[in-house]
Amino acid sequence: MATATVDAAVDSHDEGGHDDHGTTTGISNTKLAMWVFLGSECLLFGGLISTYLLYKTNRGPGPENTVIPTDVFDIPFTSVSSFVLLMSSLTMVLALSALTRGDNPATRAWLLTTAMLGGVFIGGQVYEFTSFIREGVGFTHNPASSAFYTLTGFHGVHVSLGIVMLMSLYVASKQGKLQPKHTETVEIVGLYWHFVDVVWIFIFTVIYLIPVD
Amino acid sequence: MNMTETVTETATHEESHDHPSDWDYVKIALLLGAITAVEVLTYFESAITVFENNAFTIASLIVMMVVKFYLVAMYFMHLKHDNSIFTKLFGGGLALATIVYIIALSAFEFWA
Amino acid sequence: MAVTDEPLALTTGEDLVVDRPLGVFTRPQGGKGWRDWLSTVDHKKIGIMYGVAAMFFFVVGGIEALLIRLQLAAPDGQILSADVYNQVFTMHGVTMVFLFIMPLAAAFANYLIPLQIGARDVAFPRLNALSFWVWLSGAIFLNTSWIVGGGGADCGWFCYSPNSGLAFSPSHGVDFYALGLQIAGIASLVSAINLIVTCLNMRAPGMSLFRMPVLTWMLLVTQFLLLFAIPVITVALFLLMFDRLFDAQFFNPEAGADPLLWQHLFWIFGHPEVYIIILPAFGVVSEIIPTFSRKPIFGYSFMVFSGIAIGFMGWGVWAHHMFVSGIGPLSVWAFSMSTMFIAVPTGVKILNWLATMWGGKLRFTTAMLFAVGTVAMFTIGGLSGVTHALAPADTQQTDTYYIVAHFHYVIFGGGVLGLMGGLYFWWPKVFGFMLNETWGKVHFWTMLIGFNLTFGPMHVLGLQGMSRRIDTYSPGFGFAFWNLIATIGAFIIALSVVVFFLNVWKSRRDAPHLPAPGPDPWDARSLEWMIQSPAPEHNFDEVPIVESDDEWWHRKYGYDENKNVVRIATIEEATQKGDAVGVHLPAPSFWPLVVALGLPIIGYGLIFNLWLCVLGGALVGLGIYSWALEPVDDPDADHDHGHDDHDDDDDDDDGEGAEAEMADATAGAEEGAD
Repeated sequence: MATATVDAAVDSHDEGGHDDHGTTTGISNTKLAMWVFLGSECLLFGGLISTYLLYKTNRGPGPENTVIPTDVFDIPFTSVSSFVLLMSSLTMVLALSALTRGDNPATRAWLLTTAMLGGVFIGGQVYEFTSFIREGVGFTHNPASSAFYTLTGFHGVHVSLGIVMLMSLYVASKQGKLQPKHTETVEIVGLYWHFVDVVWIFIFTVIYLIPVD
Repeated sequence: MNMTETVTETATHEESHDHPSDWDYVKIALLLGAITAVEVLTYFESAITVFENNAFTIASLIVMMVVKFYLVAMYFMHLKHDNSIFTKLFGGGLALATIVYIIALSAFEFWA
Repeated sequence: MAVTDEPLALTTGEDLVVDRPLGVFTRPQGGKGWRDWLSTVDHKKIGIMYGVAAMFFFVVGGIEALLIRLQLAAPDGQILSADVYNQVFTMHGVTMVFLFIMPLAAAFANYLIPLQIGARDVAFPRLNALSFWVWLSGAIFLNTSWIVGGGGADCGWFCYSPNSGLAFSPSHGVDFYALGLQIAGIASLVSAINLIVTCLNMRAPGMSLFRMPVLTWMLLVTQFLLLFAIPVITVALFLLMFDRLFDAQFFNPEAGADPLLWQHLFWIFGHPEVYIIILPAFGVVSEIIPTFSRKPIFGYSFMVFSGIAIGFMGWGVWAHHMFVSGIGPLSVWAFSMSTMFIAVPTGVKILNWLATMWGGKLRFTTAMLFAVGTVAMFTIGGLSGVTHALAPADTQQTDTYYIVAHFHYVIFGGGVLGLMGGLYFWWPKVFGFMLNETWGKVHFWTMLIGFNLTFGPMHVLGLQGMSRRIDTYSPGFGFAFWNLIATIGAFIIALSVVVFFLNVWKSRRDAPHLPAPGPDPWDARSLEWMIQSPAPEHNFDEVPIVESDDEWWHRKYGYDENKNVVRIATIEEATQKGDAVGVHLPAPSFWPLVVALGLPIIGYGLIFNLWLCVLGGALVGLGIYSWALEPVDDPDADHDHGHDDHDDDDDDDDGEGAEAEMADATAGAEEGAD
């Protein structure tokens, strides 16, 4: 993917092994861009979360289809999948750390573990959605359910895209194209992954755990 | 506002000794897991009497959430050891989102 | 990153042009054909394409405006049915805001930011191309609703629910609105990220943030507003789309939903959007006025900080659009106060422009006329804006023509006049010939007179009680006279636009017979005037070392012992010759275009047949992956340079992979999630 000269990694003291003397701030453009993007994502998830909060007890005019997501939350189940996603952040930093050491097999192992933990989370979400629908919470039934599926669905799509990126890195590593000089690429994918994790930390507390009267 | 100064400062920070090791990351993850366990305990409120008070439960859940968020952002996302411009940009978006949406929800009399 | 920061002139004089096929397409290296434009990643060409496309949609939106004015010229107008009238005024607003002013401002941002900060290109040249093509595909998609969607959107540009719901808007117009603006939003978001990184990271040595020209500053603030406002409208548009296409229950009051949610989300975006429209014009004016007053801008740091302050405060005033929606007395009070406060930084700007002109050696070129016109007209619009801040007055004004008058004074009188001045000012830099000044002055005066005749009377009509968006009125209402005047004014504006296009045509025809304008025809102040006109493809032969504000001015002028300004270098001596060879530039790519083509197909798929989404998604996926795997530069070309420029090379290469990854993250995330 990239073909940076090895000199860069050697002269550079930072963990990323990147030589960014070319930019005004000394930071790489790409990493800066990712942080700028994540700043913007806060407003996106903020809007979706606020919409859900506004509607969380809105059962519609009734009497049909008035079951709302909070009626059917399965907190023990969601706790487990939240924990899985949380631990995927650990495996993500371990992948980055392994690549910094130049340990390619360990990098691949951690990348794959991260992607698989993400996959378990998505699987859990699919299970949750299907069981909610079985229990009478349809997407179109009332404002609360529309808002719930939209919020968690957006998050799920973000996780899925993260899995695609992780697997792309895994394949690149398999082909020998992911070397210590590319730590920054892994770091940037990691930033995205951790961001998706912190969004879920927020959702888990505010949407699932805080009791609704 | 002079970026170059910030850079030099950060460069010295990054002289690895205060950079977390793998074991540090594992410890942070264990802490995150422990906080999550306490969070989930609030759901089984009968187990612990203090969580019978709703206001206290909500307050402690929010505190725990903020701590978890902080730990992931500062350590896993390296904000603590990285150039402060990242914290400013991300924190700016986060703060703006928080303030704007709290005001919007207030306009709906959400908190009443 | 994908461009070098130092000159890479090859001492050996070897020819660096490489033409190597990569993947499906041959990557053209320069040249003049259509392929060059389709695959270019040059910020200047992308800027020109933004400008041309924006002017096209200016004409489209202008025709829609003329239809509105013809319908209202006399009582009981019969030209449009009520239904078509709704579509025309909606599409007029949407076109002018999203397809004309925003891209015209993007044209200035793309062309000028790298030049003003002394950079070779933007931070992510391919993402820049992506922004343009995605915006264009969204713009075309939005307008195809006239043909395949059963008409345009008919819910007003802010598309309040429940009017936007299926019950009241059964055609596909609103679906095209929701999806088209989402596609355009992806473009704005990617572009905002790109330009923010460019401003922070690509500045020439010595170009500290507080030496950046005011235009670049205002454009940077605009990009931050876009960065944070676009996701909010994205949420709103997604919810609207889910409501209409997948029967979700977000805005339908009959299903217990709260239609005010849309209003909040829309205006949380919508008010920053107002500043997204006006700040670039403020920046343009802040470049033109000092140049033609032969003085530095008065209170540079006040200008910059007031721009930043407007950017911040713009987030705290949105509900003043909703004073009559029943948001409650506390909200009305709070938003009324914040709205009055935001007039302060705007006033600072106006006073600083006047102070810049005070005692200056004024030259009233066309650009200067437009700039002064902007200040005057915006002041009128700003003052009527303060009258809306007072909630009791606003209650009377809401949804009347008084509001229409106000926002046209702000957006047309401020935004359009300012950017028009910018066209005259930078035209020689971009195209290498001057626009005719006589015709330019005719353009200015016809536009100014037409503008005031059109929108001035609307204040009166509004106070008389004429509602906006009504398709006709009865003779006895007493609206006929001022409506007729407004219609005459609208045609005078149309005439002025024709004059502008004729001027472009004539000036271009006459250019070969006139002396070339040279690098610095206006005796201007910022770095873009230091290079040849038109700007060479590599921008700067040597990246300038910046030592002061108004760097270019100080390279031409110094002070004698009596502190009088004296010329220290001729333009000829101080400019760069544009003759550097072997400057390392990012290679063109077709993949941004491929990604952009996939997005409207997904849009049609969501509306008509979900299978099309698979096709569009596959195209987007193919584009992103090929993009990620395509080196931004020719890998072998790097080896030619040897070790001496390794800094530049590894920036390039890291940039490539990293940029690709970023494209994956943003474009991918946007396409899939937003």
